[in-house]
Amino acid sequence: MTSFPDAARVALGDTQLRHNLRNATATIRDKRARVVAEVPDWEELRNAGQAIKADVMQRLDEYLLQFEASVQAAGGLVHWARDAAEANAIVLDVARSHGATEVVKVKSLTTDEIELNDALAAGGVHAIETDFAELILQLDGDWSSHILVPAIHRNRSEIRDLFLRTIAVGKDLSDDPHELAETARVYLREKFLNAKVGVSGANFGVAETGTVVVVESEGNGRMCTTLPPVLVTVVGIEKLVPTFADLEVFLQLLPRSSTGERMNPYTSLWTGVAEGDGPQEFHVVLLDNGRTRVLADRVGRQALHCIRCSACLNVCPVYSRTGGHAYGSVYPGPIGAILTPQLVGVENAKSLPYASTLCGACYEVCPVKIDIPAVLLHLRAEVVRKVGSTPERVVMRGLARVFGHARLYQWAQRCARVVQRPARRLPGPLATWTRTRDLKPVPKETFREWWSRERGA
Amino acid sequence: MRVGLFVTCLGDTLFPEAPKAVVRVLERLGHEVEFPSAQTCCGQLHQNSGYHDEALALAARFERIFERFDAVVSPSSSCVGTIRELRPALAPRVFEFSEFLVSHLGVEDVGASFPHRVTFHPTCHSLRVTKVGEGPLRLLRAVRGLDLVELPEAGECCGFGGTFAVKNAETSTAMLADKCQAVISTGAEICTAVDGSCLMQIAGGLSRRRSGIRTMHLAEILAS
Repeated sequence: MTSFPDAARVALGDTQLRHNLRNATATIRDKRARVVAEVPDWEELRNAGQAIKADVMQRLDEYLLQFEASVQAAGGLVHWARDAAEANAIVLDVARSHGATEVVKVKSLTTDEIELNDALAAGGVHAIETDFAELILQLDGDWSSHILVPAIHRNRSEIRDLFLRTIAVGKDLSDDPHELAETARVYLREKFLNAKVGVSGANFGVAETGTVVVVESEGNGRMCTTLPPVLVTVVGIEKLVPTFADLEVFLQLLPRSSTGERMNPYTSLWTGVAEGDGPQEFHVVLLDNGRTRVLADRVGRQALHCIRCSACLNVCPVYSRTGGHAYGSVYPGPIGAILTPQLVGVENAKSLPYASTLCGACYEVCPVKIDIPAVLLHLRAEVVRKVGSTPERVVMRGLARVFGHARLYQWAQRCARVVQRPARRLPGPLATWTRTRDLKPVPKETFREWWSRERGA
Repeated sequence: MRVGLFVTCLGDTLFPEAPKAVVRVLERLGHEVEFPSAQTCCGQLHQNSGYHDEALALAARFERIFERFDAVVSPSSSCVGTIRELRPALAPRVFEFSEFLVSHLGVEDVGASFPHRVTFHPTCHSLRVTKVGEGPLRLLRAVRGLDLVELPEAGECCGFGGTFAVKNAETSTAMLADKCQAVISTGAEICTAVDGSCLMQIAGGLSRRRSGIRTMHLAEILAS
């Protein structure tokens, strides 16, 4: 994985992109703040959300078996997948067994995580993204930069040009949002009606009833989960909630936190198979793909509480400058910085836990109170433990010794004063500081020297 | 009440005017302040960089030095936050300077006079870790002659973040650019805050832009 600072450089150098991002994140951020302020028991809801998720993690083994039994009792089929390859093979098998060459998809991070579309394509099945933004990215071979608004880094004239090259060749098309949406609608409607197989992720799975919930705002999800005769839903094992009543908490927390809506436009809930109504064959794929490893970490496991609202992205001062691609994963922003290193191993994403100033804005807005700064610190310690000896470690160990003895410390203070002339440039890695900032010379007298001069030790 | 002053390693070495000002204000209010000279660092640098064992050792050392005091006062909300987290037993007695004045002593008017236009940057750790709230603003409003102007997008991080400023220098610089623009837009002569490290970042950016705006620690204004 490219390191975060290197990957961020691309976006940071693009002033138009930075402008788009700042505007878009600020708009959603303000909208969220307004609708959250309307809810008098918001803190209680957050506490409830946190408590339910903590309980699910504690007893996940029981809830998973209960969910499996409930889905089966309602006429659904349950598959277990240890990793991406197993999950992809299951979905491909289902599609092939029905002779499908195309499947329609609901926007889903989990299927992005396992790169399902590529795996299906390799097996001769074309997956069509039906969320407007996901469709744009798919047509352009691009990938998402935001959990909720994947094409946040694109503007409408770029989208018009893309459509003219792909699904509206030779058409007369302006960059009016309504016209663009209508173009996608015409293209997608035919796909919905002809698809034999629909594929979705899930926002929640209810252990008690086997109910699956998809929360979306365009209606494309409703189409995918009701029109095709066969439906496959890929669910991360952490997405369970114990009872149907628990949804009451999350369906209040999620829309206000993510889109700043009071109520979500399209919330689809289904339980197994209903004769003569919707898909007649329903598969659930329960996906691990690193999650049990995250669960084993007492501090880090709270990352599994995430309900993918993206409020942390919109308030993050780092995300709003770098955009999502710098995080090198389908999970960008602060949540990505704690989830990705745990899913793929910190040694494979060692710059991500440092992609934060620890400003704490993410923790403040998280609807399930994930203490992201605490997990970042926890993962930084893991990086230090796992990534062998580095020059930084030598310096840090040395500094710990210096800070451990007042005499050594005073000696170091004197050195700092001698070494740093009214410096325009600092030495070594610190030179990055003076490249864009001025630094005042080290004062001639430290506080302690002043104190001992004034107060006689 | 025995008050111990923790000046922080950065305050001791790079911005001694802030801890000196803390001493002046507290003495003006009739408190005796002690400076235990064995003090060095609270452990924050190591804690925030992933060197947890070293951080714990430094925080334990801190507690040994300061446990004899009734109150420990420091001109840094982030160092106070670190000690509170790493040494919970000492936590109720450790205060950020403005918090000590407003919440602990119940003082808002410290008798200062500072006839300048000032904007206040609420640092992230003062807002969200030590949670000093409105205290600094109340103190500033009570300063004679001071014209307090609101900072746009005040609660947004300046981009310092300790080693973040070096490890992610470009992102830090982008954040600093927006913060400087916000400060400049206020027309203030002075930008103040309760953390010297964030002020060092903001001062570096304002100076590079030849903005003519100075930074001062809140304590320095209150000592004026």
